[in-house]
Amino acid sequence: MTKTLLAAAAFAVFIVAAPALAQDEPVKLKDGPGKDAVQAACSACHSLDYIPMNSPFLDRARWDAAIKKMIGPFGAPIDERDVQVILDYLARNYAPQ
Amino acid sequence: MARSRVFDGLASHRQPEYNGIDRRVFLQTAVAVGAVAGMSSLARPAAAQTVPLTPGVPAGVRAEATLEALKGKRKLIKLTYRPPNYETPLAVFNDAITPNDAFFVRYHVSDIPEVAAASWRLKIGGEGLNGVAEYGLSDLKSGFEQVEVTAVCQCSGNRRGLSNPHVQGVQWGYGAMGNARWKGVRLRDVLNKAGVKKEAVEIVIDGADKPLVDKTPDFIKSIPAWKALDENTLIALEMNGAPLPHWNGFPARLIVPGWTGTYWMKHLISVQAVTKPYGGFWMAAAYRIPNGKFPLVDRFISQETAANTPITEMVVNSLITAPADGQKLRAGGAVEVKGIAWDGGYGIRQVEVSTNGGKSWRPATLGRDLGRFSFRQWSYRFAPKAGTHTLLAKATNAMGASQTFEAIFNPAGYHHNVVHRVDVVAA
Repeated sequence: MTKTLLAAAAFAVFIVAAPALAQDEPVKLKDGPGKDAVQAACSACHSLDYIPMNSPFLDRARWDAAIKKMIGPFGAPIDERDVQVILDYLARNYAPQ
Repeated sequence: MARSRVFDGLASHRQPEYNGIDRRVFLQTAVAVGAVAGMSSLARPAAAQTVPLTPGVPAGVRAEATLEALKGKRKLIKLTYRPPNYETPLAVFNDAITPNDAFFVRYHVSDIPEVAAASWRLKIGGEGLNGVAEYGLSDLKSGFEQVEVTAVCQCSGNRRGLSNPHVQGVQWGYGAMGNARWKGVRLRDVLNKAGVKKEAVEIVIDGADKPLVDKTPDFIKSIPAWKALDENTLIALEMNGAPLPHWNGFPARLIVPGWTGTYWMKHLISVQAVTKPYGGFWMAAAYRIPNGKFPLVDRFISQETAANTPITEMVVNSLITAPADGQKLRAGGAVEVKGIAWDGGYGIRQVEVSTNGGKSWRPATLGRDLGRFSFRQWSYRFAPKAGTHTLLAKATNAMGASQTFEAIFNPAGYHHNVVHRVDVVAA
């Protein structure tokens, strides 16, 4: 419960900060299911150009490893339920097809 | 024409899956060069604004990279906005010294305060020192000998975008580096004033930048005590005769000549001598290379494991800065091939140039020696016959180490020093 509250608090901070940042970062990710979750999760810590920059050479397994690295050592506040959505989006749009 | 082994090695490095894209960029570059040659620099066509990317970087970089200027900088190649990672276009390296406004920008974490000179303080301490100290800018300028060193600052991952296969990270081309005159005080003098205990093994350095999320490890590094006490390791307050640009670490950054940029802490606020190896993420889990793969001399013994070691000195490397890839030359006319070479501080002994894809090599003329940590300019004159010519340059340092023809693969894409190839057409 406390964990959820903390995650919510971290997310609230991000939402407050996001509009100013988004203006300076005209990065357009590909449209598709999961895009909103990806934008929210990833842009909390870094601009979204990190995703296309690392494409299209990361396959699904390597995107999975990248997400785990963000949540693990980098401590990204990403809800576990969003992980699959994020992975599906990256694998569909930014992996070798 | 028979292709030599050397040529084939370079060709395979060019990553055939991107050949279609490479061709397009080749043409754009050729158009831009031709257009600029015939016009005044005031009236550059839109084509000259084509992002001058390095051949071989991932397709996603081609789609996303832009030419953009951070505050106080000229337009550089924007790879990422936040944290900001901007690389220097190849043409800038036609000069031995990289101008401050063209110097590459690399950050790991995104909360980057604009440090005010008047309120900046540097804290000196740790259990490896006899005392503690705190200095402002004027204290450092008046209390210690001011020294200057010309040195290359190169990101460990410079040219990561050319790794084959590609590896995750900032997909740098040739330009995550620069060469500047750094002026400031010796770290040694500052440490010795506080008194260094013989038990001190590492010096831990931190800058004012911070991560946006508390759980993200702050960017903190350490260097061996012996390297911190080297006379060339500086706390720089000036770069090329001016205060450091904000994006390059104002008001003070560490200068670790010969070693890769990861140790050159920007916005330096803390220097701590420790008696045990520092175990933070950016030392224990990042900036590591597999043991035994690279011909390096400097070791970082307190951080070595059975599998890997922190990256230390730069490998010997060079670039052809002119003519540009795809440039059209006049057949029979004299052409000056020129470029730069650098290494981990042993000094460049020789640069060899090939104008036939590696079949034969001739020594280039070395330019003025700005010190063993600096870019060393070189030049070579040849008169191209009509046709295409593949130019290669290969540097050798004072240790006898040279460059590779294929990248030595490592998981993080460090130490890429593959011989640079430029294709030109004479007609």
